[in-house]
Parts: sequence; C-alpha cells; structure tokens
Amino acid sequence: MQRRDFLNALALGAGIVLPLGPHAWAATASASATRRKLVVVMLRGAVDGLNVVAPVGDENYLRLRPTIGLAAPGMEGGALDLDGYFGLHPALASLQPLWQHKKLAFVHASGSPDATRSHFDAQDYMESATPGRKNTPDGWMNRLVAALPGSATPSRLLGIGPVMPRILAGTAAAVNLPNVASAAKADVLDRPEVAAAFDALYGGHPRFGRAYADGRSAHREVLDTAIEKDHDSAPMMAADRGAPLPNGFPDDAARLATLMRNDPRIQLAFVALGGWDTHAAQGAGSGQLANRLAPLGQGLALLAERLGPLFDDTLVVVMSEFGRTARENGNGGTDHGHGNVMWLLGGNVNGGKVYGEWEGVGDAALNEGRDLPVNTDFRSVLAQVSERHLLLGDKQLAQVFPAMPQRTAAFQVVKG
Amino acid sequence: MRPHPLPVLLLCAALCAQPALAGAAPPAPPAPLAPEQQAAHVLNRLAFGPRPGDVERVTRMGVGRWIDEQLQPEAIALPAALAARLDGLGTVTRSAGASLEEYLALRRQVRDEDEGARQRRRERDARVAREAAEARLLRALESPRQLEEVMVDFWYNHFNVFAGKGIDRALVTSYENEAIRPHALGSFRDLLGATAKHPAMLFYLDNAVSSAPDPNPKAKRKGGLNENYARELMELHTLGVDGGYTQQDVTELARMLTGWTFDQRRLAAGGEGFRFDPKRHDQGSKIWLGQAIAPDGQREGERALDVLALHPTTARHVSRQLAQYFVSDDPPQALVERMTATWRASGGDIRAVLRTLFASPEFMSTEAAGAKFKTPYQFVLSALRASGVAVANVGPLTNTMSQLGMPLYGCQTPDGYKNTQEAWLNPDALTRRIAFATALAGGRLPLAAFQPATQPATQSAPAPLPLDPAALQAALAGSLSPRTLGIVSQGPARLRAAMLLGSPDFMQR
Repeated sequence: MQRRDFLNALALGAGIVLPLGPHAWAATASASATRRKLVVVMLRGAVDGLNVVAPVGDENYLRLRPTIGLAAPGMEGGALDLDGYFGLHPALASLQPLWQHKKLAFVHASGSPDATRSHFDAQDYMESATPGRKNTPDGWMNRLVAALPGSATPSRLLGIGPVMPRILAGTAAAVNLPNVASAAKADVLDRPEVAAAFDALYGGHPRFGRAYADGRSAHREVLDTAIEKDHDSAPMMAADRGAPLPNGFPDDAARLATLMRNDPRIQLAFVALGGWDTHAAQGAGSGQLANRLAPLGQGLALLAERLGPLFDDTLVVVMSEFGRTARENGNGGTDHGHGNVMWLLGGNVNGGKVYGEWEGVGDAALNEGRDLPVNTDFRSVLAQVSERHLLLGDKQLAQVFPAMPQRTAAFQVVKG
Repeated sequence: MRPHPLPVLLLCAALCAQPALAGAAPPAPPAPLAPEQQAAHVLNRLAFGPRPGDVERVTRMGVGRWIDEQLQPEAIALPAALAARLDGLGTVTRSAGASLEEYLALRRQVRDEDEGARQRRRERDARVAREAAEARLLRALESPRQLEEVMVDFWYNHFNVFAGKGIDRALVTSYENEAIRPHALGSFRDLLGATAKHPAMLFYLDNAVSSAPDPNPKAKRKGGLNENYARELMELHTLGVDGGYTQQDVTELARMLTGWTFDQRRLAAGGEGFRFDPKRHDQGSKIWLGQAIAPDGQREGERALDVLALHPTTARHVSRQLAQYFVSDDPPQALVERMTATWRASGGDIRAVLRTLFASPEFMSTEAAGAKFKTPYQFVLSALRASGVAVANVGPLTNTMSQLGMPLYGCQTPDGYKNTQEAWLNPDALTRRIAFATALAGGRLPLAAFQPATQPATQSAPAPLPLDPAALQAALAGSLSPRTLGIVSQGPARLRAAMLLGSPDFMQR
C-alpha cells in the first residue's frame, strides 16, 4: 500500500513536468507507470468458454457434450493438456508457448454477476463495468485512462474497429482506428486548402468540434508513427516476407504491436471480435468455433511476439459477455449461458495456471442446472489488473469500478 | 390514457404549419420552425433527405399534405424508369426458391471440386450482392414513396437478418421484398408473422433446426431445442429486454415454436417457404408468461405472436424505437405514451402509430429538427439525393457504407444497426464522411456505369462534373445554419460544394 502510494506520487509529480517531446517524455521517471500497457480483447457474441478451456478431466464433460466435446489430450483433434484436468482448444496451439513460459493464465467460472442472457445488455454491462445499471454514461476504459497518472493525448486510449465502442466512450479523449491498415495513409484533410476549409467549419463547433479535432490530432500522431516505423520494423516484415496473414485479427494485432512500439503514448487499447454466437454446428476440435479461435490465437501470439520486450510491460485480457450452456443443444451448438473463462496474457501474469473457484460440471454444480456459475466477478479481475499492473490507487479504483462488491479475487493472477 | 380520435390527428397533421397546438402540447417551444425548415425537416426524417426542388415543392403543397401522401405509398406510382431498372435486376426479381436452387447447385459443384465452380460461385455471390444493394439503394434514392423506404430501413434493422450467414446470402432480397416491404406501414402482427415464417429468419436465428428432444437417444439425427429465435423474438422484436419475461419464458416459447421450419429442398424445388413440421413439435403443455398453454400444434406459435404483437409492453417498446428513429435519441416519454395508446387502440396499426408521431408537437419542433446524427446509410443516401447526380454504379456507395462500419445487409447480430449519435459519431467517421463529400462534390466518384472487372473498359464513361454549390445550397434550403452558410461563402469556390456536403449541418438530419 505504502509503496503503491509512493509510486503514484512519483508518477503524478513527474506528470506535472510537461514533456518537451514524446520521446523525451517517455524516458522520464513517469514511464514507470505509463510504460505499463493494457490491451482488452472482447469476444462479442459469447464465446463457448467450456470449449476454450475445457474440463476434459471431468467425467461429466463428454456426457454433456457428446458431439461437440473436445477429445482427451493425445487423441486426434484432442485438447492440449494444461494441467491434467483442463485442456486448451487445439485451435489455440499457437498460445501453448506462452502457457509454457507462464505468460498465459485463465480465470474460469468468471463473468458478470448480472443474470441477463441478452448479448446486448451483457456486453453493455461488461463495457460500463456496472452490471445491472443501464444509465452509466461512460465505459470503464475511459474512466481508467482518466484515472491514470500522466498527461492526456488522444491516442493514449485506442480502439481498433469500425465504430467507437461503448467501453471507450466518456469524457476522456479516445481514438478509434478502422480495422483495415488504412489509418496511417494520408487523407483528403492533409491537403492544406481542404484542411483550412473544414477547420473553419468544425473549429469550435459545439456538437462536432471535439470529434473533428480529435480525429485530426490522432491522424497526425498515427502518421508520424507510421513514418518513423518504416526503417524500424523492416527486419520484422522481411522475416515473414510480407505474406498476408490468413484472417483479420492477426493483421490488426500486428499493426497494434507496431503502433504501441512506436508510440509510447498509447497505453490502453481495445479490440472487439465477433462471430462467437455458436447456436448450431459449432464443431469440436475442428469446425466453426475452431475456425474463429485459430486466428484469434495466432493474433495474440503475434501481438506478444511483435511487442518484443514491451510484452513484459503489457497485459492482455480476453473476455466475453457470458458463457454458453454446459449441455450442447439439439443442433450441435450451445445456447446462452452464464459463467465463462477470462484469458490473461503478459509478462506480469502469474501464468501457467487456471484460476477461479471451480466446482466441476456435474448437474449440481451448474447455474440453474444449465451453465457455469459466476464465481469470480469480472470486475475483481480487472481491478486486480488495474491495481497491480497499472498501479492504480484505491481512490481511483473506486472511480473506475464504482459499486464493486467487497469481495476481491481470492487469487493473484497478476504479479505485484 | 385514451388516444385522440383519428380525425383530430389528421387535422393536426394538416395544421402542422402551426405547431404546438393546444391540448397535449408541452411547455411553449422556442421559435417555431419556418415553413421551409418544416419542409426540410420532414424530408430529412420521412425521406432520405431532399433532392433538388423537393423543399420548394413540399413547402408549396404543405407538409401536412405531403405527410399524408407518404403514409399512403400504395397510391404513389413508381416512375417508369425506376420500375424498369428494378425489373432488370434478375437476382432480385426471381423467387426465393429459384435463388436458393442456384445457390445450392453451385455449392454442390464446389464440393464436387468441379473445375471453375469456385470462380462461378464468387461471380454469382458478387452479382447477388451487387443487385440486392442496387435494388435497395435505387429505391431509397429515387422512389417517390420515401417513407416506405425509410420504414424498410427501420424494420430491416428491427428484424435484422445477416446476409453473410450461409444460405441467407440467397434469401435476403426475398426477405426484404416479401416479409418486410409489404408490411412496412401495415399491421405489426402481419409483419411479425411474415418475418417469423420467412426462411431467411428461420435459418438466421436457427428456429428451423429447433425441435422437441428426441425420446430415443440412439436416433441418428438427434433433436433438441434451440432458444435463439424465441429469445430474440421477445428481447428484440417485441417486448424488449426489460419486458419482464424470464429464462423459463424463453425456453417455453422456444418449445411452442418447435416445428416452425422450412425444407431447403422443397423451397428450392417448389418454392415452399414456411412449413410446420408436427414431428419436430414439442407436444407437451407449456407455461408461458404465466399462462398455461395446452398442446395445439402450430397454433401455439400463432397465438404467441398474437399475444406479443398486442402486448402493451411491445407497444411501448416499439413505439419508443420509432420515436427514437424519427424524433431524438432519447425521445420524449409523453410522445411514446401517446404512440403506445394509438398502438393499443388500433391493434398495432403501424400507419396509425406513425400518424400520431408525425402529428405531434414533439416531432415538429425546433428541438427535434437536426437532432439526429445521420447513420452512414442516411449520410450517403442524403448526399447523393442532394447532389441530384444519377447513379448507375452503386459500388462507391456500398464501399463507403462498409468503410463507415455499416455494410448493407452486413450487420451480424440480430439487433440490427443502431441509429443514435453515440453509435456513429467518432473522429474517424467524420474524416471519412468529409472525404466522401469531397470526392462526390468534385465529381470523382465512379457513379456513372458499372464495369465488371472481367471486361475491358470499352469506352470511358462520361466523367461526372463537379457539383454546383449554388444548386446544392438551394436543394438544402431550410437545413443549413447561417454559420455554415457564412463560412462556406468565404471558402474557395471549388471547395464550396464539398464544404456543404461535409458540413456539420449535413451530418445531422
């Protein structure tokens, strides 16, 4: 506690000394806090956590899932052994080295305490971090960036996706980049005459002036980074011979890593991926779910690889609005459930372990007789990340996660 | 609260030139909208923005009369040129069965690793997608039945089906033309039933494969319940997520709807869309929304739709969504309540509910005018309409919608696209809209003719001309602020058209 307060004071004090330039700024003592990064990957549509980290050692597992259950480790298409009881989906083989190096951990039977099985409400709650409360105006990542020490720049809070997500909405500036790698290209507003015309229209405009200004400054920041990066990442590009990656996420993950390496101001990043609502024909070791998990795993592994040493200061959280039914339904799929599994990756993770209170998947252990219970509130995991990794103080923690239940996670998945 | 009798509402619509009538009017609004502003307002809301001459025409005929006309689209003829172009879109005019037959045949050929089948399938998919977009966008741009097209946009998102899911690629045009458009201003119960029974929805939300659990566990094809459609039917289509139902109600409704399905082969071969399969139906009794439901086959589902369509909670939920689409992101509760009352009194007559909405002082108010941030769809369409440019190739329109995060028929989730500012306003979106406005105003969008990539360009199409800023300004009369007009008049002449279409005023409707 005392040590953390000291660090906060240090970080705050250093933040007051205005930097002369981004690089000089990054080299100051304030970097001890701002160097720490958080990347949140949200799987919209409720990924089937029981087939991501599958309790293959539970006698009930294959009884509940006769056609979609993962085979035991060692069998064809079987799960990859994690700890003798849980097995990782084989499509996530690219994450195995991170598990072995103890930079990957899971929190099972976790999620939102709210009982809703609506995708949209549950995503909203996970993004506002106020389950059950719909009128929260902002997202928790926006509150988090406001609470962190250091000066605000628009690119400090970054989203990648077609639209500004709820989790980034709020009073602090945030930037959203489109998925395709076109963000770092010159645009029409780089022509001085056009820029002057639209600056006049949008400058000080009460409704759109801020969004316009944020867009311009973010574009300049990204352009500067892109110009610097060319020589910097050339060896990396040469190593994979410029081959396009198979699916969208690895591309975005690679670009995110490049942006983060080149722009020390980027501290919090968010990516959302869809296509997890597998009500029918989700498959087991191969099939629909496997086809979605594979590029996700590849992208995460690529992010870790391309961040290089920065990965040790980065924590990646993968989460989804709720889990899916423990039993497969009549169509080789699963319906909306409750508890799920959270994934944590990074140098500050106490990895190589599946955390969380686990009671098995016997009938008596299931929530409402149909799905995993939520034994760990997702906010207590995020709070631990904020506190131990991002060095957030108690007061700020209460701002980011208001009305948090008293009970904190009984485990330490994040290193202190 | 009882609704106003209909004649009073009609009178109110006709008299909207003098807003804030006595009666249910809220506290006196600020300066009322001038006639030209009213015309621009209704063209921005009941249409996809004004075309050149529209504001003048609607001002002259009176907004009340124009609204009445729009509420009766069946009495408005489509222009012959538009009808002829729509008739020429072969993959749109054919039946769902014919479309599916072609889709399945090509899929078989690809599976048989027929040489060239993949290429043929790619070309077919591209043509189906292009023609579907063309049909939708041409109507939205050129149909004089603008409110009908606006309601197609609204209801398609309300009952969203994602074209990228399997066979739905072949079915969405039929879904839009047979389940949505005919009921866009009709009875909500009919609309609900048409969407419930269309193969595109049965496939998208999996009800087609839902069935009673098979008592024989060794049966080759295992049956089982799929809750997907039943849940979204209550959560999104009718009651709303806070509609007071439980997980048990979802399961019970799913059981009542077992057997509501379609058969791909029968659809492809004989055009049979919906079928009720008694073998899949759960014959047991159910308890749904507190009511005991005796076993009654297909009628269980029909009664469920009856109950849901007329449920007060549905009336309020959908009324609020309509008010949000047409008035403001957070619409006035008093208006929602009056629309709800009309819904209940009229048995879910969409036209009557809209009449209440359009006749309300809340709709025809200075607070409402310009309050909505355009969705990418509305922004692109309104820019083309204001420009008066003829569109032969819709490619630049669909590409821009995709870049802005709103690909046509491409919303993956069943809640459809939102229409609020919070959902669409972000820094990147403004830059992209400005880029589109600048390209359109400069005559640099390839709108003239569609050239398949496989064919060499025989003769270059006539290059579209840069837009005339004076004509654009006249077309947009009533929705441009003095601030914008002042700044534009100071701008370089060749950028003025771009400045108008990229202005803050043009981002809102």
